[in-house]
Parts: sequence; structure tokens; C-alpha cells
Amino acid sequence: MSRETPPVRHRTRQALVLAGLTVALVCAVVAGLALGSVRIPPGEVLTILTGGAEPSPFRTIVLDVRLPRVLLGAVVGAGLAVVGTVLQALVRNRLADPFLLGISSGASTGAVLVLVLGVGGGIGGGITTTVAMPAAAFAGSLVAMTLVYALARRGGTMTGGRLVLAGVTVSYILSALTTLILVVSARPEHFQEALFWSLGGLGSARWGTLVVPAVVLVAGTALLMALARPLDLLLVGEEGATALGLDTARFRAAVFVLASLVTGVMVAASGAIGFVGLLVPHAARMAVGAAHRPLLPVAALGGSVVLVVADLAARTVAAPQDIPVGVLTALTGGPFFLWLMRRRPEGAPV
Amino acid sequence: MSPRTATLRLEGLSYGVGDGRHLVDAVDLTAAPGETVGLVGPNGSGKTTLLRCVYGALRPTHGRALLDGDDLHTMTAKARARRVATVPQDGQTEFELTVREVVAMGRSPHRRFWEPDTVADTALTDAALRRVGIAPLADRAFPSLSGGERQRALVARALVQQPALFVLDEPTNHLDIRHQLEVLSLIKELGTTNLLALHDLNLAAYYCDRLYVLKAGAVVASGSPAEVLTSGLLADVYEVAAEVTSHPRTGAPTVIYLPAPAAAPRAGSPAQSI
Repeated sequence: MSRETPPVRHRTRQALVLAGLTVALVCAVVAGLALGSVRIPPGEVLTILTGGAEPSPFRTIVLDVRLPRVLLGAVVGAGLAVVGTVLQALVRNRLADPFLLGISSGASTGAVLVLVLGVGGGIGGGITTTVAMPAAAFAGSLVAMTLVYALARRGGTMTGGRLVLAGVTVSYILSALTTLILVVSARPEHFQEALFWSLGGLGSARWGTLVVPAVVLVAGTALLMALARPLDLLLVGEEGATALGLDTARFRAAVFVLASLVTGVMVAASGAIGFVGLLVPHAARMAVGAAHRPLLPVAALGGSVVLVVADLAARTVAAPQDIPVGVLTALTGGPFFLWLMRRRPEGAPV
Repeated sequence: MSPRTATLRLEGLSYGVGDGRHLVDAVDLTAAPGETVGLVGPNGSGKTTLLRCVYGALRPTHGRALLDGDDLHTMTAKARARRVATVPQDGQTEFELTVREVVAMGRSPHRRFWEPDTVADTALTDAALRRVGIAPLADRAFPSLSGGERQRALVARALVQQPALFVLDEPTNHLDIRHQLEVLSLIKELGTTNLLALHDLNLAAYYCDRLYVLKAGAVVASGSPAEVLTSGLLADVYEVAAEVTSHPRTGAPTVIYLPAPAAAPRAGSPAQSI
């Protein structure tokens, strides 16, 4: 047999990347716990984390305020990166991202509707934030994704231009709808809440709001990793995938629902944070290639690192002001994306 | 690798579009086990549509496609992919899968979706890469290949699929002459049943056991290349003047096109400026 062993080389590379990202994530989490309006020495943070500290204000800050926020950042970042990766395979286009395609807007609309209608007792109610909002956001993102897909696909083929147009259109319509819902509800305090969804932020993180996103992330990523083979098949085109035995219509529909679920739950917890789902899959593919089995865990970890670091920056660059992290990811992610586009090979399709 | 092969039978196969036109019109066709059958005909004669109906990208509006008696359109995509392989026209991707990863996809119909490839699968992939002469490119990014290299990688993927029936639409597209001959010889050597659409009539005459000639979706002639390729048929179907001789060494009919008379200006058409 062949003496070349590229699969092993690939695996070594993936292992190295994963190890590097794990170290980066641990560092980012510790930094996220130590830094902020009150500085806590990293050593102290570690003592608190390992349970060796006496009750103190530091302990409260680390365990009850910062840790849920940092963990939510890690969960949401991973979720957005995984959804971005999968969406890009699904529509076979690297411009796909839950934010750019209007799917996050759909999730926001769903979440705001629940807020305004006061399902489950309003914003303070436990049921609202843990169950009703993620469920409504899931429904909203599913509607948005179906709309974008139907619009972009009319005529059988789906070009990048058509996809982005459909995404932008759906995004505008849903944002307008969200505003309309707010205006009709005529409750000023809702505007404050709603601003959070349109900008994206992790400030509302509590231990209670962490459970559903974490469960959905782990289950969704595990399921998608099991689907790595058919996801790869989608990359080579509908006709090729069918010829290789994939029932593309059914598979796409199933993955659409799964991607909507993850997007909806992430947006319900953090608002619409853009560009993480676009950039992290790009970078992850550069590191370990486009095959989904190695790609998905790398994208997930990479997304965690990016959002934990971004949120840390959002809390500290203009302290004590807390900049919405979505503003920061767009400000840094947008130019990075343009740079990526520029360095792509001549003649590569958009 | 024991050769797998099968009988393909098309019975009154038609593919109609909305306005009542038939891109493929009641085609009856048979390919015996191990036979290489060519589809020829001018552009728009329905070759590609017919092939897409056979490999499952399109569902025929009338008639059936049977492989060893099993209807190809009632089986699942996966069951079909275990028996029929093709080189799709839209095989390009912007995603940087390696050549090896793309070729290894041919094992997918033989595996459950969550199962990784086995050592035997990897061996098959390596063998196919060598067989089409692109083993040195195995770790290159698939989108970085030239048109010809890409075409050979897709042929390798179809080999890895271990089909009984090969359905190939212009498999020599993008290939230089040497690789055209190599790919066709390779396909012919496999022992599978092959259904190919070919533009080049001389290649079709040399490599195919039988030819079906399509015009406006319907079969207008079929038989051995010598029976089918006549100057009369070429004048009728392709609207060209040609001489057909028997090649002194291969014995295959050989088509030599004669220069067309310059098109006479049509009455009422505007004068050409020079």
C-alpha cells in the first residue's frame, strides 16, 4: 500500500490546533474573570475557581457575575461559529453567516415578540428567559432561514449575490417588524431591552440563562459532527452529492432546522452578534481544511476564544462603559473580512 | 477487485418540461453487461438530460430506467449510488477540500453517514488516485487543480464508488488528447457497463461498442459505430458534410469533416460591413 500517510499528518495538525485553542481558551477565560472594573489577580481567580477561597466580594464577582458571562461568551461564540460553518456548507457559499443572512434578525423578532407579549411572566420571569425566548427565537430564525433559502433559490441555482440580497432583504423586513412590534407595544422599557438584541451583548448572563444554550451547543455540535460526511458531500454540489447517495432535500431540511435551533438559542441569550459565524469558519478552514470532522471542533473552540476575548475587550476598552460586544465584533470583523476577500485567489467565486 | 457490471434498460424514457416540450422523448435503450454504449448528437439533442435521468439527478416524466430489472427511481439515492456512478458537471467547489478527500467521498454510499472510512476505503482511494495518474496531487486543494486534473479526480471518485454502471457526460471535457485517450481506455478496461455522452465522433467510434444517435430528444439511429456513422446520418443529424472511412489500423469508422460552403447571405439580411 501507499507509504504516504497524509491522514495521520492531518490528525496531528488538528490535534495541535485543538491543543493551542484549548490553551488560548483557558487563558481567555482566566483573563475574562480577572479583568474588568475591578481587577482581581489571576492567582486569586484560580483559588476561587478551585473552591479554596473564603466568601469575599472577589468571590462573588468571579463566581456570580463574571463566570456566567465568560461561559456564555464561550458557548455563544462556539454556537455561532458552528452554525456559520454549517450554513456555509448548506448554501455552498462562504458568505453565509447567521447574522448576514438575516437569521439572527428572525431570532430577535421572535425574542422581542415574547418580551412584548409577556409570555411566561415578562423579562424577570424565569420561564421567559430560559424557555419561551429561546423557543420563540428558534421559530423566528427558522422562518427567516426558510424565507432566505426560498428567495435565494428560486430558479434552481443559488448564487452568492442572490443569497446576500435575500439575506439583507429578509434582515431589513424582520428588523422593521421588530421595531413595529415595539412601537405598537408603546412600553419605553421594552426599547431598552430590544436594543440589546439588535446590538448583541452578554451582559444579561446568569447561571440560569446558561443552561439551555450550553445543552443545545453540546448536543447540536455532537450531532453535526456525526453528520460530517454528508456535510462534506454538500460542498461538491447538489448533483454530486445526490450521485454519491445523499438525499439532499431531506438532509438540507434537517440541517436547516438544527442550525435554526442553535442560532435561535444563541441569539435569545446574547442578541445578534455578527461576524463570528463568518470569520471563525474561514480561519478554521485555513488551519485544518474544509472537511467537517476536523473542522467543526476547531471552529467551535475558535468561536469560544474569539467571543470571550471580544467580550473582555468590550468590558474593558471603555470601562466603566460596557460596549455591546456585537458592535465590537462588527468593527473588527468587518475589516478582517474585507482583508480576507482581498487575499483570495484571482478568479475565485464569491 | 472483481468487476461489477449490470444490464441497463431504458423503456420509453421521456423528460418533459412545463410547456409540453420533451427534452428526452420516449427513448428505448439497452446496455448489456460490460458494454460501452455511446450517446452522440448535436448540442441540445438531449444527451445530458437523458444521462441525468439515468443517474438520478432528474426524475423522468414518463418511462423507466431499469438496472438489472430494478427501477432506478424507486430506490433510495444511496442504494442507487452503490450501483451507479457519474462524473457530475457541477463538481467544482470553492471549499478547499484536498483531492484525496474529494476522491474518498466515493465511499460514502457504502458507509453509514457517521462511519469513518476504513483502511480498505483508504486503500481504494489511493489505488484510484494512482490509476488516473494524480497520486502526486493527493494533498493539493481540489479547487487549485486544473480542469483536466479535476476531471481525473472526479473519475477517480467514481472508481472508488465501485459501481456496476458508469454514466459519464463528456468525460473527456477539459482533457488534453493524451488524457482523453487514457480516461476512455481506463473506463473501457473496468468491465463495468458504461453509458457515455461524447462529442468527438471518432473517439465514440473507437471506444464504444454501440452508439445511439439523439436528435431533438429522440433516438434516430442505433447500432455499431460502423452501422450508425454514415455520411448520410451526419448530414441529417449534424447538418455537416463528412466522409466516413474505415481506419486502416483500428478498423473503426473514422469521420473526416469537409469544409462547409460559406453561408450564403440570406435574403433581407443587412449587408455585412467589411
